[in-house]
Amino acid sequence: MKQIPDPADPGALDPETRTLKRDVKLILDESDSYGVEMALQLVDAAGEGEVVLVSMAPNNERSGLSTALAMGAASATLISDPELIGSDALTTAKLLAKAIEPLGADLVIAGSESSDGYTGTVPEMIAALLDRPSVTAAKSIEVEGGAIKVQRQTDAGYDDVECPMPAVVSVTAGVVEPRYPSFKGIMAAKSKPVAEVGIADLGFDAGSVGWDGAGQDIVDVTEAPQREAGEIIEDDGESHLKIVEFLEGLKVI
Amino acid sequence: MAVSSPFYNDDHESYREVIRAFVEAEVTPNVHQWDLDGVIPHEMYAKAGAIGFFGDGFDAEYGGHGQRDAINRLMMFQELSRSGSGGVVAALLSNYIGLPPIQKFGSDAIKAKVLPGCMSGDQIGALAITEPSGGSDVARIKTTAKRDGDHYVVNGSKTFITSGMRADWFTTAVRTGGEGPAGISMLVIPGDVEGLERTKLDKMGWLASDTATLYFDDCRVPVENLLGEENAGFSMIVNNFNAERIDLAAQSVQFARVCYDEALAWARERETFGKRLADHQVIRHKLVEMDRRINACQAWIELLAWRLNAGDDPVAEIAEAKVDATMTFEFCAREAAQILGGASYLRGDTVERLYREVRVQAIGGGSEEIMRDLASRQLGL
Ligand SMILES: Cc1cc2nc3c(=O)[nH]c(=O)nc-3n(C[C@H](O)[C@H](O)[C@H](O)COP(=O)(O)OP(=O)(O)OC[C@H]3O[C@@H](n4cnc5c(N)ncnc54)[C@H](O)[C@@H]3O)c2cc1C
Repeated sequence: MKQIPDPADPGALDPETRTLKRDVKLILDESDSYGVEMALQLVDAAGEGEVVLVSMAPNNERSGLSTALAMGAASATLISDPELIGSDALTTAKLLAKAIEPLGADLVIAGSESSDGYTGTVPEMIAALLDRPSVTAAKSIEVEGGAIKVQRQTDAGYDDVECPMPAVVSVTAGVVEPRYPSFKGIMAAKSKPVAEVGIADLGFDAGSVGWDGAGQDIVDVTEAPQREAGEIIEDDGESHLKIVEFLEGLKVI
Repeated sequence: MAVSSPFYNDDHESYREVIRAFVEAEVTPNVHQWDLDGVIPHEMYAKAGAIGFFGDGFDAEYGGHGQRDAINRLMMFQELSRSGSGGVVAALLSNYIGLPPIQKFGSDAIKAKVLPGCMSGDQIGALAITEPSGGSDVARIKTTAKRDGDHYVVNGSKTFITSGMRADWFTTAVRTGGEGPAGISMLVIPGDVEGLERTKLDKMGWLASDTATLYFDDCRVPVENLLGEENAGFSMIVNNFNAERIDLAAQSVQFARVCYDEALAWARERETFGKRLADHQVIRHKLVEMDRRINACQAWIELLAWRLNAGDDPVAEIAEAKVDATMTFEFCAREAAQILGGASYLRGDTVERLYREVRVQAIGGGSEEIMRDLASRQLGL
């Protein structure tokens, strides 16, 4: 799961590094909250097991992890190192895979893509690096014996997919309702273990991560255009015609 | 970064984020509909229970927080009050007036019977003190509970009871002894007891909260439902009122703040005579006057919550704070309505609702007059 700057109060783009400034408080990415919830529900349904979080951030911010721990996850590994700034998706996947491997997890669950800067490829890269099957766009997961049954969201509906465990599954945003952390959850989260590891702990050196290790170069960044003000149609008795005209212009009717 | 308050630690802030998100998603968008329905959906209790909304001051073994933290409680009440509906606050939190006497004075058996269901939100607790013959003069209640074997037989009636139409448990003031305060006991009456009838009261405000008159006709209640000793109920009631009053004060200040926010947004947007309302000095001064009173009141209440946490028992000050908070609320509801003009007179408008809810905040749980009287006696004037 990823911790990101609060979208309600987003960090600015850094023209120098051409990335999002992430030196602020980082919260649980909403798109990952669905994965966390799905994982917690699977553990609840199984009546055994636990949810362990793995996250990577250039600083040692933990607010987002605390939220997921308060929701019910048991522990976390935080890959945190100043050298990580500038890491591309592949480096991120390599580091995460290295941290995930020793956990011996039956199932690795991820969001489909993060909400701040994203490629939508990290879960699949992790699967490849760990040599595990990868299922994307899951809308529901059911564990049966040593395998999972997944409903995969498609444009037309969903595909039923079965796959052996261990596996990596990415979850579509919005498919479950992430629980609110409870008061007890918040208090309990304070004493849940968060293991902080640096790149050296995972067997990487500075040259293989961050800007130096990135196989991509971000050549330019531009602010997204401001949302334009909507058009207000005052009702003079004929306004419905204007709305029809507008919708026809959009070719939606 | 906005510094919220020196009294809020990281735990308060974390929990505040949860409650704010919960209220914004689950409560605020629905308050008008719930006013029209005259009740909030029962499932809201379970949703609130799931995040621990009812737990402050209750033992962890029964599903509570395992601590009493007046700052946390203040924060919880104020976050819920951002919804701009006193009715929702009253309905959800009747537990906080009905259940504390059970936690403090109940036997393990009654605690185990009542608290877990109410903490989870499956059941609802209520407090039944006020009677048709009066609420301010608690020492003169008339509802009787006569011992008959291992039961009390209850006769009489209670009125203005919040959550009265559907509460599962009523923490009830009954007369077990002679006249006056020394003859009063607290008895937990189950909502499904035979001989209990409830009628709904139609009100000016707090529409989303069901309020009822209860009639007890030979209701047989097991003696183990008595809280503490027989005839020792009056001090329990007094003790309970103190907590209710700072809760009501906290809500009232927040409602005043909601009125202010609504008025400010409108004053910035609305133009009259070629300029924004906020550019007219008369309106600007109204806004500053509101903000000034709210800030003073908020600071005072936070300080009192801190004193409660420190083990102090500032009875007079809490009584004064309730007066201050409800008068601030009354002032702000009035001024916000003036600034909004006709818009504040339309059903569904937040200020319109709060304007109708001022009186109950100023009367319920001890009226302004009674609060001043209590403070004057406490201060030994
Ligand atoms: C919506 C709503 C919900 C409520 N919920 C509950 C509940 O859940 N449980 C419960 O037990 N009660 C509840 N109450 C009752 C509330 O606490 C009482 O209304 C309040 O205590 C005042 O009692 P009363 O209405 O009988 O007024 P009275 O006691 O008859 O007094 C009338 C007015 O006279 C004034 N007055 C009285 N005595 C004096 C005096 N000595 N000196 C000067 N002035 C005086 C006061 O200003 C008072 O407002 C609720 C009330 C409302 C309106």
